[in-house]
Amino acid sequence: MSLKPMTAKELGKMVINREEIFILDVRNTDAFDDWKVEGEGVEIINKPYFDLIDGVDDIVGQLPEDKPLLVVCAKEGSSQFVAEQIVEATGRDTHYLVGGMKTWSEHLEPVKLGDLKDGGELYQFVRLGKGCLSYLVASDGEAAIIDSARTIEPYNEFLAEHNLTLKHVIDTHLHADHISGGRKLREKHGASYWLPPKDAEEVTFDFKPLEDGNDIKVGQTKVAIHPIYSPGHTIGSTSMVIDDQYLISGDILFVDSIGRPDLAGKAEDWVSDLRNSLYSIYAGLSGELYVLPAHFGKHEELDAQGRVMEKLSVLFEKNHGLNINDEEEFRKTVTEDLPPQPNAYQEIRQTNMGKINPDAEEQTEMEIGPNRCAVSG
Amino acid sequence: MESTKILDAKGLACPMPVVKVKKEMDQLNEGEILEVHVTDKGAKADLPAWAKSSGNELLQDAEEDGILKFWFKKA
Repeated sequence: MSLKPMTAKELGKMVINREEIFILDVRNTDAFDDWKVEGEGVEIINKPYFDLIDGVDDIVGQLPEDKPLLVVCAKEGSSQFVAEQIVEATGRDTHYLVGGMKTWSEHLEPVKLGDLKDGGELYQFVRLGKGCLSYLVASDGEAAIIDSARTIEPYNEFLAEHNLTLKHVIDTHLHADHISGGRKLREKHGASYWLPPKDAEEVTFDFKPLEDGNDIKVGQTKVAIHPIYSPGHTIGSTSMVIDDQYLISGDILFVDSIGRPDLAGKAEDWVSDLRNSLYSIYAGLSGELYVLPAHFGKHEELDAQGRVMEKLSVLFEKNHGLNINDEEEFRKTVTEDLPPQPNAYQEIRQTNMGKINPDAEEQTEMEIGPNRCAVSG
Repeated sequence: MESTKILDAKGLACPMPVVKVKKEMDQLNEGEILEVHVTDKGAKADLPAWAKSSGNELLQDAEEDGILKFWFKKA
């Protein structure tokens, strides 16, 4: 019986497979209340490590013996400190999370969504810790990545494993909740970087304009990525239809909620854009399209395979944000009583524009916490 | 501020700053003041949270050249 490391990847598999696990989170209570590991099989309690310096007797009675036990903290040190004491006191196997919540925040889990008509494949990269979703389109040895996370190693590994050449990197909008890996991916792979021009007026680097009618092809098999201008979360927000089957909705529409228009400080200005994008532009698209958002809000949105997707017609039935008939009520819903803004969202926007260049440690700090890009959820 | 003792916890990573602070505070008498210098960013939230939890009073905090300073009064 001993102290055992558990990696973010191992925890990710358990969360996606809905395996039972008991987590003792020893961060301070404010950090825990702000953001924690969530999942169908996850039972979690919080007891700050500084209340356990003199011993763990207070909590050992609360740790169920029939589930694997994992201790987590911000970086790792305190979870080892507490987990060692639990091993000493109880003799049971006790895991600690390698790299702590910092590493959990960055972990990406690739899941296959489906095959494309001409032989290509579509993958969703689920960032379980932060609720961010990115996408990889593969066809005929070529690839495109949409809404890349900051840490690009998982994509690099995937591209190498599948013998893919990255041709296109696309961001649906200028992100405020996470730092885009777009520029790093372009530098490493020599790919084109596509951004909506209206979100990119202040960026300090070259890009290709992601615009209506400017289709992007992946591979020889004509997998078309068809951009649709759909402002509201940001002024440039652009959706994409892939292979006539999937709708990449960015931060405009989520499975359980809709986007918020306030992260660039322009809530009132962008409300009518958001409404028009959802109630006119999206309403005019085929209901058979599978909506693929840039975020999930609750772990319940993950299906049994760990995927986050739903048919547009289903969302028009079930998603509250698509069923607010009164314009004034809609305005209130998306501008009042919003959740707190994402951590460091202004600095993140500046970083994504290339205006500031924080070091790796600062970037990790900036991204800590949930994405909070939705109106609710 | 008149500190009874200064604890240099610079360069120490979590959980050691709080562990050391607690150890030092246990040696002090009621009303005496411990001044703490740390560089671990996690301490910024954790030391005040520890003070609240343990009943000791955080009198003041400051940041100078990347060094976080705290003054705690023993309860």
